[in-house]
Amino acid sequence: MWRFLDRKKYPRAAWVGIVLIGIALVALPFALSGIGTAWVRITNLAILYVLLALGLNIVVGFAGLLDLGYIAFFAVGAYTYALLASPHFGLDLPFWMILPIGAAVACLFGVLLGAPTLKLRGDYLAIVTLGFGEIIRIFLNNLSQPVNLTNGPQGITLIEPFRVGSFSFAARETIAGLDVTGPVKYYYLLVLVVIVIIAINLRLQNSRIGRAWEAIREDEVAARAMGINTRNMKLLAFAMGASFGGVSGGIFSAMQGFISPESFGLIESIMVLSMVVLGGMGNVFGVILGALLLSFVPEVLRYTVAPAQEALFGRMLIEPEVIRMLLFGLALVVMMLYRPAGILPSALRKRELETR
Amino acid sequence: MSAVRASALLTAKGVSKRFGGVDALSNVDFTINQGEIYGLIGPNGAGKTSLFNVLTGIYTADGGEFVFDGLTLNGLKPNDVAARGIARTFQNIRLFANLSALENVMIGRHVRTHANVFGAILRNARTRVEEKEIEKRAHELLEYVGVSTHANTLAKHLAYGDQRRLEIARALATDPKLLALDEPAAGMNDTETASLKELFHNIRRDGTTILLIEHDMKLVMSVCDRVLVLDYGKKIAEGSAANVQKDPAVIAAYLGGEVELDLTGAP
Repeated sequence: MWRFLDRKKYPRAAWVGIVLIGIALVALPFALSGIGTAWVRITNLAILYVLLALGLNIVVGFAGLLDLGYIAFFAVGAYTYALLASPHFGLDLPFWMILPIGAAVACLFGVLLGAPTLKLRGDYLAIVTLGFGEIIRIFLNNLSQPVNLTNGPQGITLIEPFRVGSFSFAARETIAGLDVTGPVKYYYLLVLVVIVIIAINLRLQNSRIGRAWEAIREDEVAARAMGINTRNMKLLAFAMGASFGGVSGGIFSAMQGFISPESFGLIESIMVLSMVVLGGMGNVFGVILGALLLSFVPEVLRYTVAPAQEALFGRMLIEPEVIRMLLFGLALVVMMLYRPAGILPSALRKRELETR
Repeated sequence: MSAVRASALLTAKGVSKRFGGVDALSNVDFTINQGEIYGLIGPNGAGKTSLFNVLTGIYTADGGEFVFDGLTLNGLKPNDVAARGIARTFQNIRLFANLSALENVMIGRHVRTHANVFGAILRNARTRVEEKEIEKRAHELLEYVGVSTHANTLAKHLAYGDQRRLEIARALATDPKLLALDEPAAGMNDTETASLKELFHNIRRDGTTILLIEHDMKLVMSVCDRVLVLDYGKKIAEGSAANVQKDPAVIAAYLGGEVELDLTGAP
């Protein structure tokens, strides 16, 4: 599907493709503003999920370590940003300073989770990471005493948006005759970040490091016998994945202006993992597609289920929220039955699921 | 072997390993010299593979030590042992089944290359040069063991004999001083075994010492300079192939076991 982007084989088609995608990405927020600003926000959240899914893909897709608590790193990044740029501690550091700090703190937590779980695999690792995710959330919920660190369940409010000099990402202004809202500004920032993170993912995959992860995924004993330091490589996967989560968390914090532990529950971890699995573990473009689908489809359903029922039955029979989850679950089951390797499977998964 | 100076590459000093009440290895001593092809034989369950696993750091010895190239291997992890220069293959082939033959060998280069995360992400000149070298070396090694026509075939789709050869190529990719092969000829026919023998001679000629576990006595007797015989975890004989096969203890061990063999080494 992405073969037309192969610059070596079809140089012309690839450039046309890249330019078209570029134009579409630039024009998208204005087209969406036409339907409603809400859709720009939804798109921003979808891109944020793409970031998260790409981070988790390093851990789950590349290194084969099942992580059910990934959202914890997102939370760590979000709280790091919130605490350093809100009236809660009266701090207001610039975002280009906080984002790296958030990434570093999340990375540290990644290693903290990785180190004791090095010997665990598969289901055992899943259970430990699940616990880790919950511990972080519970800490955030309760660290309002004895010292008020996280403000507990009330969360942190009045978080500063990204600002460069007098240019604020939250303010609405007219640039070159165009009405540019806050979400539109964040949209462009997110697109930039996502491009960088895609590039990092692709390069890591095709490198000495990426091959070492593949080896660990395939056969850990053989990997060690070939001289791969499995401990360091697994920690590296956890750390890389976590720091991506941390960066996404920081952006989330600034974009929302308010965060509370509620945003970082188990269901979020499961959502991100579903995106990775549904799209195609290990395939960067599959994961992106999975993340976009799973963030957009429920939103589209939210706006279409109620009117559709009104039109069909004259009244609401089932709450949109209920039917959304029902369809979502159904889609996952069907996917796993008919395309177990995901929508765009990685070469590796496809081979794995072929007859052995 | 008069041309080769007998300097010790690997020395086992009283190596022991217990599993519950079973002595898998008890007090095993031997020395492998630089440039040798050293055979390790014994009936099923004699402790040959256990010895490999202790040597390569997969198991920890309960007693004794291996001294490799003048330094002890005690307490080293498998990846450290590989870095020191011991590479191995597995009795029940452990290739990276869903990766291509080429990728398998490229992974073998890991321990001798250096690109870190930053190199991988920035893809600077040094990393690009290194990547090219890894690929070139991997192709050479596939050629060397004779599976170069299948470079892009998945390891699991290779013929059995080719999988064994690919495992050897992957092990050689780590630039080992000692290549430890666990039953490389298992499941091979006579022609395949004959060409394997040639491969061993080439490997030795190119400077790598070989430690060989093998059930094919014809192969062991014709290719090994010296042979160590284990039975119930104990060393029962060591010496030239010709001497070992005349040893009464060895004959008893084999006749007492279930394996029926031709110890004459005649074709």
